[in-house]
Amino acid sequence: MTRTRIVVAVVVATLVVAALGLIPVARAADPIKVGLGMALTGGLSANGKPALLAMQIWKDEVNKKGGLLGRPVEIIFYDDQTNPSTVPGIYTKLLDVDKVDLVVSGYGTNLIAPLMPIAIERKLTLMGIFGLANNEKYQYPNYFQISPTGPDPATSTAIPFFELAAKQTPKPQTVAIVGADAEYPQTALVGAREVIKRFGFKTVYDKTYPPSTVDYTPIVRAIKATNPDIVFIASYPPDSVGMLRAAHEVGLQPKIMGGGMVGLQFTTIMQSMGSKLNGLVNYDYWVPEKTMMFPGIAEFFREYQPRATKEGVDTLGYYLPPYAYAAMQVLGQAIEATKGLDQQKIADYIRTNEFNTIVGKVRFGKNGEWAKGRTLMVQYQKVQDGNIEQFRQPGKKPVLYPEELKSGNIIYPYSAALK
Amino acid sequence: MFSWDLLANAVVAGLLLGGFYAAVSLGISLIFGLLDIANIAQPAFVILGSYAAYVLHEGYGMDPILTGVLFTPVFYLIGALVYRVYYASFERRGDEALRGLVFFFGVLFIIEVSLSLKYGVDYRLVQTGYLSRSIELGGVGVAFRYLVPCVVGVAMTAGLYLFLGRTFYGRAIMAVSQDQAALRLMGADPIHIKTIAFGVGIAAASLAGALLISIAPVIPSTDRDYIGRMFAITVLGGMGSIGGTLVAAVILGVVESLMATFFGPSWSLAVSFGILLAALAVRPAGLFGR
Repeated sequence: MTRTRIVVAVVVATLVVAALGLIPVARAADPIKVGLGMALTGGLSANGKPALLAMQIWKDEVNKKGGLLGRPVEIIFYDDQTNPSTVPGIYTKLLDVDKVDLVVSGYGTNLIAPLMPIAIERKLTLMGIFGLANNEKYQYPNYFQISPTGPDPATSTAIPFFELAAKQTPKPQTVAIVGADAEYPQTALVGAREVIKRFGFKTVYDKTYPPSTVDYTPIVRAIKATNPDIVFIASYPPDSVGMLRAAHEVGLQPKIMGGGMVGLQFTTIMQSMGSKLNGLVNYDYWVPEKTMMFPGIAEFFREYQPRATKEGVDTLGYYLPPYAYAAMQVLGQAIEATKGLDQQKIADYIRTNEFNTIVGKVRFGKNGEWAKGRTLMVQYQKVQDGNIEQFRQPGKKPVLYPEELKSGNIIYPYSAALK
Repeated sequence: MFSWDLLANAVVAGLLLGGFYAAVSLGISLIFGLLDIANIAQPAFVILGSYAAYVLHEGYGMDPILTGVLFTPVFYLIGALVYRVYYASFERRGDEALRGLVFFFGVLFIIEVSLSLKYGVDYRLVQTGYLSRSIELGGVGVAFRYLVPCVVGVAMTAGLYLFLGRTFYGRAIMAVSQDQAALRLMGADPIHIKTIAFGVGIAAASLAGALLISIAPVIPSTDRDYIGRMFAITVLGGMGSIGGTLVAAVILGVVESLMATFFGPSWSLAVSFGILLAALAVRPAGLFGR
């Protein structure tokens, strides 16, 4: 062998070795990367942060048990600042630069909307976190959504609320509906109008207000002037608080009130509103009642609550965190069952199977929503002021609806629950 | 649905809301209206005031309004410092127009993110016994959580009005807003005077913040809801007119309340800003502008 040949051979061998190193080969120790954008600042961060914490708890627990497919799991996340315009950039970076294997959405309808076209174009399996009717127009088969709103999200709060109202004696007749000029409340109001017609109630007030309203007393006073039996409110946290305080100041006491008020499920708001919550009948997704104690949920809260307190996020965490955790459980179970990371196979598996999660058995149906909705109606009862511990016990928010999860009876009319 | 009872309630609610709006807008009226500094970070200082009230209420049970008053010197010093940095970095070099705006945007985000990191992003609210009460006067309901902010707002307006009109430093601030060079010729240091004015404007945010968190729950990003209203009130009242700020705030409050009661609350903001546009078309300097 001439010297030149030796040099060529060495160079070629070096290149081959180098190239082998460059080719991305999934090794046993390579983590499975799950990517997401999450509202860690901005308007929805009060929910975004607890959701992320729940996902990280899932990751830690999975890794403790040896990971998925023998590989550790890694969560890569960026702050979407509750700003939908950041979402395309975040997910493009996750997919093209960070090379994540799977994606999960951020929190909420508005942040999922800009992600849908990306997921469809790249044929991704997308797990949505608390989006309301995001897939109704696209009908993308590989989208799934974890909040238990069910196949018809628009009427998911209105049906249980008005069904409960219709069962009461004396039966209420007139309805006032009110909500914020924002996506979720508008959808909920559309659903409410449809359901009101179905039950034959008479609408006496139907108005919306801008989300930045400061004083809600004029609105509540106008509602009171129409003397409704039922008041259905679809609101976000600041307006939920504003409407409730105004109702107490003005003395609005219909026979039944509440429905779709977001925020009253959050720890700090429940704590500061205290006894003012009594009597409200409102939607919820999880409450510490005996009928809601699904396998694994107690253990989840044992892990979540101390960590949440330390990180200064929703300390009880009953609203979103268990569902964010459950979304990851679904993904994890699908990866294990399909023994790989093929987007299509995972989506097919999720679409056709039932999952055991900490929020109960989950099966997905039309448009990737829960095949059967499970929006709860609960009533705040005997709540005292300034005591957070009371909400850890059953009895403060008994489940009134659906029948199979019922854990208490409604106090009717509203004024009786105030006593 | 019209009734005299509803009308009276709507007007009173609007007046009370107006008093609160005045409290929130006074700082901007001073800093933007008189000094011509586009301090869009002002609402973030208001939220900082809210958190000060919240922290002392939660930790030591202190009254939010009292906290607002006690913190005014601290906010004054912060304001003075912010102005000095702004002056040294932008105003002195004549860069204030656009870069100054970016500077205050930066301050706004720094305050917001610092609050998020320190106190999390949950909704915070302060409730005290007397703020939860309401009284009925001849069929008109008055909620204390609006009455107290209104009274404080009117008192703040009166205080600032007297300060600007009757005291040496107040008159100097009025002078610096008219002709900085002339003030310098009189032997006074306009930068020193502007530092005082800016400090007073930020100090007002301490009290305004305490009032805000008594009315509605607050998160670090709540400031963004108030930017539009604060500047609209200042411009409608007339740049630099403290009395005008109160009048404009009351007009906006009453209009919002009347719209919410009789025509549907969705229209309230649109009509408020419609009035602003109409007023500016007739009087470009604002209602009481010079």
